[in-house]
Amino acid sequence: MEATTAPKTLQTPAWRTNLATIAALVARAKNELLRVPGAAIPGVLAPTIFFLGLNGVFGSLIHLPGFDTGSYESFIVPVSMLQGAGFTGAAAGVNLARDYEQGWVDRLLVSPAPRWVLLGGNVLAASARAFIPATFVLAIGFLIGVQWPGVDGLVVCYLMVAAMAAIAACWGSMLALHYKSQSAAPLMQAGMMGLVLLTPAYAPLELLQPWLEKVARVNPVTHVVEAARQGFVGGVTWSDTWPGLLAVAGLLAVLGALALREMRRTNA
Amino acid sequence: MSELATGARVVGALGARSIRQTFRRPQLMAPIVVFPTLLLAIQTGGAGAGIELPGFPPVQSFLQFMLAGSMMQSMMLAGNSGGIAFAVDIEMGFTDRLFASPIPRFAIVLGRLAGTAALGLFASLWFLAIGLLFGAHIEGGVPGALLAIALITASAIAVGGIGAAIALRTGSASVVQGLFPLVLVVLFLSSAFFPQELMVEPAKTIAEYNPFSFIVEGVREPIISGIEAKQTLEAIAAIAGIILLGLGLSARALRHRLRTG
Repeated sequence: MEATTAPKTLQTPAWRTNLATIAALVARAKNELLRVPGAAIPGVLAPTIFFLGLNGVFGSLIHLPGFDTGSYESFIVPVSMLQGAGFTGAAAGVNLARDYEQGWVDRLLVSPAPRWVLLGGNVLAASARAFIPATFVLAIGFLIGVQWPGVDGLVVCYLMVAAMAAIAACWGSMLALHYKSQSAAPLMQAGMMGLVLLTPAYAPLELLQPWLEKVARVNPVTHVVEAARQGFVGGVTWSDTWPGLLAVAGLLAVLGALALREMRRTNA
Repeated sequence: MSELATGARVVGALGARSIRQTFRRPQLMAPIVVFPTLLLAIQTGGAGAGIELPGFPPVQSFLQFMLAGSMMQSMMLAGNSGGIAFAVDIEMGFTDRLFASPIPRFAIVLGRLAGTAALGLFASLWFLAIGLLFGAHIEGGVPGALLAIALITASAIAVGGIGAAIALRTGSASVVQGLFPLVLVVLFLSSAFFPQELMVEPAKTIAEYNPFSFIVEGVREPIISGIEAKQTLEAIAAIAGIILLGLGLSARALRHRLRTG
């Protein structure tokens, strides 16, 4: 009789416990945002300033032969949205470093939650949070004349934004767990800034300087930028979409694995 | 020892301290060196074809054109970092200890500005070195390079003065740090990264009257063509105006802090 009644917690499937843990970590990030809304301002402001600034400064580049769009704001807006996602993801890394400094990560590590769940919560929260700067930049963009990308273009763009934030969060988490200090913040931000901007961010590939063209051709984020941009400068095609999907999957696999490795080392 | 000599020694000691502080903290050093260098590389590579646009001034390369803008960016971020470090000193009580010591009050602000000026000097040398390393010519030769260095160093004092004033008035590092985006706004609304004539409205009109456009043109001219009296004098006037504004605001903020504690 006694052996047939196990405690209820043991009956809960592992996947449900893991999902609940991820949801709790995402809710914690949401609470942080609601309690200190000002903390989100720099992440929103920086890509907006870059968007408006780059448009004002380099807007006349569209007159160059080979620039196949008549609207620089439409050309640059997805880049600024991805940049915002990069900053948001990097901020997730900075927050993790802060949590480590304050002992919160230690408490998470002694919990029975698997390491990938702890990382997943942080990464998912960053993906969700990246919609704030992306939407703000896009709204400003529409105000100054960015072309409507179509529903499909918008969906692909937001998908790339969420994925880019997840990639940046993996990168930031890896560095946060490696250096265990918020002092690594510039490295987190500069890494993402480089990754997003060492692409055809300012001009089409053919108009880049030869060295940057070579870098952009091997930088997987080039495919992410081009997938996010396609709706704003033309139509959405599968041939412009799948390389972006493949690039984000590859970057997530590599950086996710590295972040997880750092988390396991932290445990040891 | 005369009061002036004591003041000079204090300025030197506090200036040296602020330089050491910056080099020890990567969070303060990165904005001065890493970000402007990264942006220089990206903008040169990404928008370099812009020199083919009609109306672009004759230049050897876009890198040569961009050097002045990168120096300005680095110098302005050095001013902002100086303000942040000053505010941290206030938050931690270090400045209160200086106020209680028998040293001239102006030396406390000037010490911080001396450190910021040294970082401005470092920024100008860094970007000139990068430019030369990657093949940019300094058309004004050694005198042109020295003029560019002098203008950037003096500009660092000007911008640092405003950062110090805000630090003294608010005593909050996060408030001064919040000015970081403003630095980018000021730069984008000047001719730091592209010729003003080729910019898009309303940035084009704002850049025409932005005092930082006058400074950047004064720094750029010796690099892309040679020393021109008009641009140099306009840059000096703009720097003098900002120095006066910064020192005036700093003096006021210092009096306010001493009165209110």
